[in-house]
Amino acid sequence: MNELLRTILFLPRQASTIADDIDKLHYFVIIATMGGALLVTLVGGFFLFRYRRTAVQKDPSRRVLGATHAIWLEAVVVVALFGMFISWWVIGFWQFMAIRVPPENALEIYVTGKQWMWKFAYPQGASTISTLYVPAGRPVKLILTSRDVIHSFYVPDFRLKQDALPGRLSTLWFEVKEPGRYDILCTEYCGVSHSTMWGEVIALPPEEYERWLQGEAPGPDVAGPVDLRPSAVLDYAPAEPVSMVRQGELAAAQHGCLRCHTLDGTPHLGPTWAGLYGTTIPLEGGGNTRVDEAYITESMMDPLARIHAGYQRIMPSYLGQIRPAETSAIIELMKSLRDVRPKPGAEAPWGTVDVPETREGRQ
Amino acid sequence: MSQATIDADARPDPLGVGAEHPDYLRADSGLRSWLLTKDHKRIALMYYVSVVLFLGLGGIFALVLRTELLTPEQTFIDANTYNQMFTLHGVTMVWLFLIPSIPTIFGNFVLPIMLGAKDLAFPRINLASYYVFLLSAIILLGAMLAGGADTGWTFYVPYSTTSPTAVTWMGIGIFVNGISSIMTAVNFIVSTHTLRAKGLNWHRMPLFVWALYGTSIIILFATPVLGMSLILVALDHSFGLGLFDPRYGGDPVLYQHLFWFYSHPAVYIMVLPTFGVISEIVCSFSHNPPASYRAIAYSSLGIAFVGFFTWGHHMFVAGLSEFDAGVFGALSMFVAIFSAIKVFTWVATLRGGSISFATPMLYFLWFLFLFVFGGMTGVAVATQSLDVHWHDTYFVVAHFHFIMVGGTLTGFLAAAHYWFPKMFGRLYDERVGLLTSVAVFIGFVFTFLPQFLLGNAGMPRRYFTYPERYQWLNVLSTGGAWLLGVGLLLALLNLIVALKWGKRAGPNPWGSRSFEWITASPPSKHNFEETPDIARSAYEYSLSEEVAHERAKAR
Repeated sequence: MNELLRTILFLPRQASTIADDIDKLHYFVIIATMGGALLVTLVGGFFLFRYRRTAVQKDPSRRVLGATHAIWLEAVVVVALFGMFISWWVIGFWQFMAIRVPPENALEIYVTGKQWMWKFAYPQGASTISTLYVPAGRPVKLILTSRDVIHSFYVPDFRLKQDALPGRLSTLWFEVKEPGRYDILCTEYCGVSHSTMWGEVIALPPEEYERWLQGEAPGPDVAGPVDLRPSAVLDYAPAEPVSMVRQGELAAAQHGCLRCHTLDGTPHLGPTWAGLYGTTIPLEGGGNTRVDEAYITESMMDPLARIHAGYQRIMPSYLGQIRPAETSAIIELMKSLRDVRPKPGAEAPWGTVDVPETREGRQ
Repeated sequence: MSQATIDADARPDPLGVGAEHPDYLRADSGLRSWLLTKDHKRIALMYYVSVVLFLGLGGIFALVLRTELLTPEQTFIDANTYNQMFTLHGVTMVWLFLIPSIPTIFGNFVLPIMLGAKDLAFPRINLASYYVFLLSAIILLGAMLAGGADTGWTFYVPYSTTSPTAVTWMGIGIFVNGISSIMTAVNFIVSTHTLRAKGLNWHRMPLFVWALYGTSIIILFATPVLGMSLILVALDHSFGLGLFDPRYGGDPVLYQHLFWFYSHPAVYIMVLPTFGVISEIVCSFSHNPPASYRAIAYSSLGIAFVGFFTWGHHMFVAGLSEFDAGVFGALSMFVAIFSAIKVFTWVATLRGGSISFATPMLYFLWFLFLFVFGGMTGVAVATQSLDVHWHDTYFVVAHFHFIMVGGTLTGFLAAAHYWFPKMFGRLYDERVGLLTSVAVFIGFVFTFLPQFLLGNAGMPRRYFTYPERYQWLNVLSTGGAWLLGVGLLLALLNLIVALKWGKRAGPNPWGSRSFEWITASPPSKHNFEETPDIARSAYEYSLSEEVAHERAKAR
């Protein structure tokens, strides 16, 4: 019954310990809502048909049936309806308290929303971008904040959501039932890439989580289906050697670089990587620089130091977030794209892309 | 019916009593006589033209958005354009269509007639409110051309204070729009208090008047709060005032409280007039007085009152305390009770009636389903634990479109068809009217029912691109939106055609027992040839009854 209703209503998996209970209330509420609306409409439609105007009825002196009749009936229906609403409220409030009050022994993880990524920091020292590792079967408490605008941390499979507000801390807790991957979406509109501010929760078996905290890559058996974006393969030991360029692609995808930078020349929030390496670009506030290993590395670690003219100051620092091997892999990826020509005449959302003079004559 | 009374104007009636007065459309001629008119009926028509234009504009924005969402990836506009367009869709629809439409068009036209008055209390303020409204529309649409705003109609801080777009102009536009609303509201309240004809006591007023009265009270209390909040956002945006922006020590949640303190009651500003329209239509076409006049009348005031205590249910996941969430959740349920009272009373009114089935009645039937379902899902989202999953997903989008489009737009269409003969003296093609009504309903259901499921599946709102698993529901929704658009266009064409070629309508083509149908169709400039003396309750007027009575006496 649960599975049937869940499928009909398009509800996602019930991955957290509270999801089943919330869905039960959901079924009750939706069935009552749909039933009520249909019932009222059918009664209305029936009356339209039953009391349609006929020649006999056109006597204008006719008067209505006793109105007090209707009032008594209405009073009964309204009281019954109110009783039903209050029962929703009682159950809903009780569940809300359960969602909002974390158990004493919950693990704490700090979450920072940022246009357009989620950053996770563990008290033990680890930190990740967009991928939240948690142990399955243990309560986890998230302490959320934001670095810029309001974001909202939403895991549909958990039936949970909480706004991350700048200048405030808010909390959220959950307990994942099974190891697996679950999507994180941002539900508070936060700017041009709001709809790609995705992440994932990876729930590991508790002992594997402990190993991960100590710096070991998690085993491949936690991989479940996720259809949002390429998986963070770099965290797993590959069976065969992977080319550095491919590693660069995976790292760029994992760290969210590709939400602002494109590989095929399409204008986006950041400069496209197609044909970028080796060119000379204008800098904000005057001057030029050549895009080489030094500039790329600097841009990853201290992005605001020298900004490509015409782009917003929105890139976060990856200092301490990205491993040296990944940095080199990304640079290799950019080198491999040096001969890809950007699409001509296209405009970036924040203004025209400056095509440096040195690019002329190159194909 | 009453004794002849001399006009309030010093000059004597130029045509003399008994001669037929020219109707308000022909009473004066020339552009000047329209643009500077103080006749409430002509002002209503000017509003009519503008508001329908804005509805069309907002509808085009909606179709562009829906078409973009046909595919998971970018289809034909970029993310920035998409974000600006949903902002403008929201702003246009809320402030240039939903809030002004029924009160300024049908309220303006019918209210003085229903009160037995020649005009509103302040005809010049009425004209001014139209121009202020037009000015606000120019500012809002101009802001879009001057760089636009991409914040959504909610203008949530700190996104709105940091967005490099024309947020300041948007704020000013909405502030000016609020001034226009307030002018109209004051005019309606004062007119209702002071201009009621002799014998028209509060319990004899038509239900539409009650609904407009309740609406005006909400406007009067809520709109200044919104206007000030948006001006403060504009100051934060332009000068770093620091009231809401956390970078300067402000509180973004404070903004949400202020915004929803207005914008939740604003929902009732949008639907209460519809309730009035529906009450009139149900009584007219069932040829019955309402099953309980007082239940409908007082529940309007109840909604106006309780509507101010529900705003917190928009903020369950924004960091509201558990206690606050509980209080707001419970209070929100009361609004549904008042609405339910109305719904039951309408249905009960049909019982034992003599119902003539016409286009407005078909809209009433759609309204019944869409509004009840939309309203009940409103109670669902006020249920705290469920709202945590639904908040800011397409479920909420579907819910408020059921109320706003399913309720207010169908109510607007019902009113447009119902009062059409009174306003223009013509009848539209009934078969086309019924057909377009069916198209609108089917289009609507296909547009918004899939969005409930999208929300359940977890698709957040304001998404330019989306994961592929959400696609086919989006395709359904987009198809429905186009059908809805076509249906609305055909309904409009049907009415426009009827303006010129429609059959002449008598004063009372529906055989309605409401007071406004006693006047000529279209009414003369001053509505009445004689000052009426109202000696009966609201739904006991019937021209045929009068005539029958006269004839009986003559024999």
